Amino acid sequence: MTRSFDIVVVGAGPAGIAAACAAAEQGRRVALLDDNPAPGGQIWRGPSTAHRDAVSRAKERWLHRLQQNPAITSLHGCRVFDVPGDGLLAAEQNGQRVDLRYSKVVLATGARELFLPFPGWTLPGVYGAGGLQAMVKAGLPVRDQRVVVAGSGPLLLAVAAYLRETGARVSAVCEQASWRSLLRFGASIAHTSRLWQAAGYRWRTRGTPFHAGCWPVAAHGGKTLESVTLSNGTRQWTVPCDLLACGFHLVPNTELASLLGCTLQQGFVTVDALQQTLIANVFCAGEPTGIGGLELSLAEGEVAGLAAAGAIRAAQARIPRRDRLRAFAAQLAVTFALRQELHSLSKADTIVCRCEDVTWRTVSQYTGWRAAKLQTRCGMGPCQGRICGSALNFLLEWSPDSVRPPIFPVSIASLAGPTASAPAELSAIQEN
Amino acid sequence: MTDTVRLTVNGRALTVPAGATVAVALAIAGAACRTSVSGEPRAAFCAMGICFECRAIVDGGPHQRTCQIVCRDGMEVRTE
Repeated sequence: MTRSFDIVVVGAGPAGIAAACAAAEQGRRVALLDDNPAPGGQIWRGPSTAHRDAVSRAKERWLHRLQQNPAITSLHGCRVFDVPGDGLLAAEQNGQRVDLRYSKVVLATGARELFLPFPGWTLPGVYGAGGLQAMVKAGLPVRDQRVVVAGSGPLLLAVAAYLRETGARVSAVCEQASWRSLLRFGASIAHTSRLWQAAGYRWRTRGTPFHAGCWPVAAHGGKTLESVTLSNGTRQWTVPCDLLACGFHLVPNTELASLLGCTLQQGFVTVDALQQTLIANVFCAGEPTGIGGLELSLAEGEVAGLAAAGAIRAAQARIPRRDRLRAFAAQLAVTFALRQELHSLSKADTIVCRCEDVTWRTVSQYTGWRAAKLQTRCGMGPCQGRICGSALNFLLEWSPDSVRPPIFPVSIASLAGPTASAPAELSAIQEN
Repeated sequence: MTDTVRLTVNGRALTVPAGATVAVALAIAGAACRTSVSGEPRAAFCAMGICFECRAIVDGGPHQRTCQIVCRDGMEVRTE
């Protein structure tokens, strides 16, 4: 089946929702697609909590604006896996292939957490920081569970606050950045509402120790997690816990941008003032252009949506505000830059590639990503290197390989073409 | 609409809150989602559809990312 739209927006997080609304309000027919079962992306995932903060107010406002617009077709559980031709995306939804024809496309594919391999990180009970929050939002009960939150980035305190409010006993929050970095960051946002937001999270996690300059070095347990060892560089100590929420800030999802031929610089998609990439008719907004959080994603999404709809003056009017928000993104990158000590987090027996169980001993013998893939199958499993590739980009400074379709595993029937139906017995995983 | 959903995990009945994902059902059941190529138990990790650690057999369909699937009444889930 092929469906045609004026504008296709890939990713229904804040940037994608803002782009879709802005374009539809200019009279364009818009498709908004997302891999997840509901719109909102990671930050607006799940039902609103009792605590009404700026994030939940923005969520309600934007979801209302999205849902009341009949010009937007939302496609959920739908993921793009190929670019079969000019102005055409191939996606899979409910096991069926759907091809989407567009005049303009807005990539709002968001970010994923950066995970660094350390001994025990593959134990059940170890989650990403946003990962554990997503599980709890999706119904996982954590009342009276002992949780350690560790890694890096502003997400940690937000996750800790959320877990506390859902009944978890958060025994520590460990941020690898130093107090010095954090205080400098605090000073830079002192004149904005963000300082109040950070203070609010800290107030909601009062009683839970916050350690700066501290990171996890090992998780322990038999079949599931039992404790985690933390380090501050001079001292190590072990904390018993049922769950570990651990992520080292974010890396952008740029696979589709790469497949479309967009230029990347230092891992981020290059865009002009109107969020247009160097490829005609392809726009990009939100985290793939630089990790900047909710407000910047919304601002970039609006500019991209308006520009894609041809409302250039309206788009230009929003540029100054977006550029002010970008300054904050630059501060984030400096503050939460990963420390050198984390390069030695992986030990010889530590599994680096979770899909293929390739250890650090094995993978670190190679000089680059391509050789390691060919010789060890590292990065060749179903995640296609999204987890280990990002880790190795930090650990060994390996740059990612060129991106080839399918950018997600899909059924053979979907690969075969848009008209084929997908009988269940053909539904086999396609490994890269 | 009821506020709970009933499904089976490896043949055992389980009741979960409505809206729960299959990955959450597996965690509540205390089941690892899959066994890794070297024999380790693995469970949901990124919970955002990226890492594929939570894949399991859902209603006969293999390698389904359970963190992206919402539980439905009568669903049959098997670990891999």
